[in-house]
Amino acid sequence: MSDEMVTIQVDGKSIQAAKGSMLIEATDNAGIKIPRFCYHEKLSVAANCRMCLVEVDKVPKPLPACATPVMDGMVVHTKSPRAITAQKGTMEFLLINHPLDCPICDQGGECELQDVSLGYGGFDSRYVETKRVVKQKDLGSLVATDMTRCIHCTRCVRFGDEIAGSRELGATSRGEHTEIGTYIQKHLDSELSGNVIDICPVGALTSKPFRYNARAWEMSQKETIASHDCVGSNLSLHVRRNEVLRAVPKNNDAVNECWISDRDRFSYEGLTQSRLQEPMIKQDDKWVAVSWDEALEFVASELLSRTKNDAAATGMLMSPSSTIEEGFLLQKLARALGVENVDYRLRQSDFSETQTPWLGQSIADLSVNNATLLIESNVRVDQPMLCHRVRQSALGGGEVMSLSSVGYQMNFSMHESCVVAPQRITEELAGIAKVLSNLSEGSVCDELVSLYPGIEPSPSAIKIAKSLFDGATSAVLLGSMATSHPDYGLIQSLSVEIARLAGANVGVISHGANSVGLNLMNMLPKKELASAKSFGDMQSEGMKNVVVYNFEPVYDTYDAQTCLAMLRSAEFVVEFAMFENDAQKDYANVLLPITPNTETSGTFVNCEGVWQSFTGAVKPFANSRPGWKVLRVLGNLHNLEGFDYMDSSEVLAECKAHASELAGISASGQWQRQLDSSAGVARIGSVSPYAVDSVVRRAAALQKTSLAENGVVRLSPELASSLGVQSGQRVNISQGDETIELSVVTDHSVAQDSAVVPSDVVVSGVLGSLYGEIALQK
Amino acid sequence: MDSVNSHEKIELSPSVCEEIDQWVAKYPVDQKQSAVMSALRIVQDDHDGWLTTPHMDAIADYLEMPAIAVYEVASFYSMYELKPVGKVKVCICTNISCMLNGSDQLVRHLEEKYSIKLGEMTEDGQYSLKEVECLGACGGAPVVQIDRQYYENITPEIIDSILDKLD
Repeated sequence: MSDEMVTIQVDGKSIQAAKGSMLIEATDNAGIKIPRFCYHEKLSVAANCRMCLVEVDKVPKPLPACATPVMDGMVVHTKSPRAITAQKGTMEFLLINHPLDCPICDQGGECELQDVSLGYGGFDSRYVETKRVVKQKDLGSLVATDMTRCIHCTRCVRFGDEIAGSRELGATSRGEHTEIGTYIQKHLDSELSGNVIDICPVGALTSKPFRYNARAWEMSQKETIASHDCVGSNLSLHVRRNEVLRAVPKNNDAVNECWISDRDRFSYEGLTQSRLQEPMIKQDDKWVAVSWDEALEFVASELLSRTKNDAAATGMLMSPSSTIEEGFLLQKLARALGVENVDYRLRQSDFSETQTPWLGQSIADLSVNNATLLIESNVRVDQPMLCHRVRQSALGGGEVMSLSSVGYQMNFSMHESCVVAPQRITEELAGIAKVLSNLSEGSVCDELVSLYPGIEPSPSAIKIAKSLFDGATSAVLLGSMATSHPDYGLIQSLSVEIARLAGANVGVISHGANSVGLNLMNMLPKKELASAKSFGDMQSEGMKNVVVYNFEPVYDTYDAQTCLAMLRSAEFVVEFAMFENDAQKDYANVLLPITPNTETSGTFVNCEGVWQSFTGAVKPFANSRPGWKVLRVLGNLHNLEGFDYMDSSEVLAECKAHASELAGISASGQWQRQLDSSAGVARIGSVSPYAVDSVVRRAAALQKTSLAENGVVRLSPELASSLGVQSGQRVNISQGDETIELSVVTDHSVAQDSAVVPSDVVVSGVLGSLYGEIALQK
Repeated sequence: MDSVNSHEKIELSPSVCEEIDQWVAKYPVDQKQSAVMSALRIVQDDHDGWLTTPHMDAIADYLEMPAIAVYEVASFYSMYELKPVGKVKVCICTNISCMLNGSDQLVRHLEEKYSIKLGEMTEDGQYSLKEVECLGACGGAPVVQIDRQYYENITPEIIDSILDKLD
């Protein structure tokens, strides 16, 4: 849209509007209300509800404000008799077939149709014929339907096409027989499907998990930040009697616009499942609930005496979705006790990165890149709101490419998709660097040359390199699977080399909600301290004392087998936990119940480096307490200096003082290959989008969707036929000492000799590293 | 994947694909879906005059468009049949001009003749009756379309003789 402005007159008031914009945008900006149903500022204009009809001078008929471009000198009347008559007429037509079932409709009280009909509807109906009835549809576990209430605004249809990038809903049949639906019996599969609930102006599409739970006016609205990915979508939680009943997006154009992922919307269901209620201590192999005083004094005295002698054999591990306040306090406590072994990088196995793993640019800028290379990233389901931006760049003519061990299905067309086995990712990157050195007439660094002598770039590498080089703004993005890759450091070094030669940005899409924040707070071993141990070192060397902060080792770590072994052999394990599980009862000595982010104040730093603070929406569950408060009291009990905070904002102020500026990502200095080219069947240990953290894993409705696919192994057809198995058959998968049985799905998008075995397979037996050799047997 | 979301798949025959290709060639390369109406007609003609969901899915795959967009087109236009139709499809216009000129009588006559209602097919699969909107030939109202042929100024007697001849 041009910057040129025109002046129009609306209801006698002179207003400025951008040339080419629609009348309704101008009136919205000026605060003049025009009723509408089909218009949505983020969607294309359909002009099919006709509710926004207004009178324009010198035009013989009323015009829809949403589809009428402003013109200089235009004189508009939104409340003239002619405009009002047109709007009331439209309203009467819209209500002809709409059932009068507001008392049993979930949308009642927050319904656009209800609101507008109050102003424009008649007192009684002149319609005496039979009303149409539309058969109920089953769209899956997230979206409930009452299609008789539908007014055919087609917002949901346009949303699927324009934002979700997969058209699942459509308007079938004609005239009075028109129906919005999927035509065939089908569940919504999109990772953004819940947004149709928000944009539906009537009660046709409502939230299934929330259904019949509460009325809008019974709930209060609390703002928070979503905690399941590195985007930090802004949310409004709707709370009644100290219970979170639903989550809806809060507008923030820089972060999530007006959308959120289904994961952020429906994860609240997990908040109250199997929560740890009381502090507990294991006495003579029996778990005993104790008071907070007793628990904290026990932990403080044990930690103090144990770290006095064994600080080097003590490690503190934290979930990457913990708040910055918690991270700052935990490392402060650790270091005050002389413990330098702290880490939050639970799904990593290479710890050689030297800088804060951030996006390298703003989230909004992702949508204007001319060329984007995604490395080991299933961004569509892992970080749906980042994918939304990348998709915008692709729709705008940008070239998006991927290099990964699975040809992930995106909701836009890929310029190039290079699928290779995990151990060959770095070779492809070296090939890209080599092509770029020719294109840019620069030279690749010596380390690369000596590691990959005489490498022949593949056709894909050539295409990718050319696109990155030609793009005016290009980005190389390391997906969260890349950060889990055993060669993460090398991938980063190679990416930085590629970016240097191509003039591109490097960015990392990190795990959890707050990897960037915890990194800024030094919740990881100091590089300059050789004796400080990373998570990997702690596991390989074994720890006597371990603090487990807010994660479930079986699902949230890179190598569950090794992590569990470390915890089981430790003498003393304190676990700060939101939830109960069987494994913790086995390895831990003390359990301290802490709160999810809906019950505490805190701050997440998202992947673009924006600090987003929030306050608790509800009181802590049962006897749990906010983690930062527990850490503060532990500091006090140790008589440590600087733990006398009155509230979390004081902690935050100290965090801010400690945080350094985000710098461009540079080479990790890692130039060695960990993953060998000659490995047999390689495991690709993806993390299912609805199993990323302990809250989401407990969200019931999400687990019933097709994205939450569980208990299957995906194999390339070649590998399946060499094993003599077909889709649907069972195979035994062995890694380390354990064997589990999964059902086979053959999938052309999986690299040869590789198998996708997610980290969250909820079956007996615990597997090892996310990337590693596995054995398959029929 | 969810069993709800998967169903039977079919492949279009080479001759059908060849015919569709002729229509695809008429549109810009990146707008293959413009050929959807022709494709639906071609596939319908090839399959006893009606379309199944797998047929529409195959067209969606072939023209690289969302399946729901094909369903929308096929369910919108009255010339596409989504359930089996008789060998002879009799379409009667019941819009204003035809109605004023006696289409009601025609409908009654044909319904009695074949003992079926509008939108139904005779048990032997020979005849279908279909109510259609304006066929754009009001000057010759009432109008009946049988397969691709228009018949104007129709009375029960005339339609009988036309249908007899078709037998």
